[in-house]
Amino acid sequence: MSDPFLWLADRAAFGLLGLTPGSHLGDAVHFFVEDTVKIFVLMSAIIFLMGLFRSVVSPHRVRAVLAGRSRGASYVMAVGLGAVTPFCSCSSVPLFIGFLEGGVPVGATMAFLIASPMINEVAVVLLGVLLGWPVAALYVVTGLAVGVFGGWLADRTGFERHVEAFVWTIRMGAETEIPGETGLRARLAFAASETRSIVGRVWLYVLVGVGLGAGLHGFVPEDFVLRVAGPDNPLAVPLAVVLGIPLYSNATGIIPVAEALLGKGMPVGTVLALMMSTVAISLPEFVILRRVVTVPGLVRFAIFLGLAFTAVGVAFNLILS
Amino acid sequence: MKRIKVLGSGCKTCTNVAETIAATAKALGVEATVEKVTDMAVVMGYGVMAMPGVVIDEKVVHAGGAPSPAQIEAWLKG
Repeated sequence: MSDPFLWLADRAAFGLLGLTPGSHLGDAVHFFVEDTVKIFVLMSAIIFLMGLFRSVVSPHRVRAVLAGRSRGASYVMAVGLGAVTPFCSCSSVPLFIGFLEGGVPVGATMAFLIASPMINEVAVVLLGVLLGWPVAALYVVTGLAVGVFGGWLADRTGFERHVEAFVWTIRMGAETEIPGETGLRARLAFAASETRSIVGRVWLYVLVGVGLGAGLHGFVPEDFVLRVAGPDNPLAVPLAVVLGIPLYSNATGIIPVAEALLGKGMPVGTVLALMMSTVAISLPEFVILRRVVTVPGLVRFAIFLGLAFTAVGVAFNLILS
Repeated sequence: MKRIKVLGSGCKTCTNVAETIAATAKALGVEATVEKVTDMAVVMGYGVMAMPGVVIDEKVVHAGGAPSPAQIEAWLKG
């Protein structure tokens, strides 16, 4: 057996539990074991490796890079840096204020906020391993494109007026140099603690996501998905986007659901639209951003993302069908 | 007596960090006050963009992510 995860899932579902391969429960349990183990192993390994190279990009460095750019270049750099800079959603507000205060245009700031939660190294590797590298590439390229376009549009439509007035009055203190230990031992300790902290934060999303995926995989008949959200239903993509708005998950949690849906024959564009909408638009994120952006601003932001993800989904379904 | 501030926007990680620091201080018998700061004007005044941030006696010692238990002990003993 070349795939250790597959071997383990075979053992657990069909050996240990005595379930029948091909039965509903057998398939669901097999999916659950394989994906849970695979995702936790890969996720921990990636976070640990990235932790070793920490502080490659700090928010202050991103801000310094973005502040001096022409607008056109700033969007592209903002989404690129957003993709490689990890930050917890609790940092959205300070980043937003800090960027604007440091002279980064509002467009580049929005581009960064759009791209950062959608694209990160864990999501890219898991997408590649679970859904195949072409899907991973599509996800990254379209995610970056939506970020660039969103940033450009924010500047074009004068998004500044939707930023709460107090934001412009905040003066940031001087950046404080935090002495970090750089020895190998300190780096290993940091990477371990980073892994513990991030896995501790997202494990529930992953389990819920894999559980949903397993249920879909084992129990939902293929013709049901095709009937409800197949290529013939023009409303499937907008519906997937709307469905993804209240759903809140990080990128890692939604991937097993996407895997199961793809396996049931849902078109790639529809799956991408659902994933992006779940990860990038969520009520908790909007509640956090409400502290710095007015309600009309947030409504515009949500409508833009909804339309953009719908366009992505429809376009890929057309191209790939 | 150490005056410790945990900077954040009220997210779970920030709350956890504040609680861990308070508990560690108690366990070590170090006298310390732990205060959560969520007023963005004050948070930004410390020049920190990645949450949670940790400030000890008005000096920023940490920004972004949860600090390790060893790190917290080192601050409290230092």
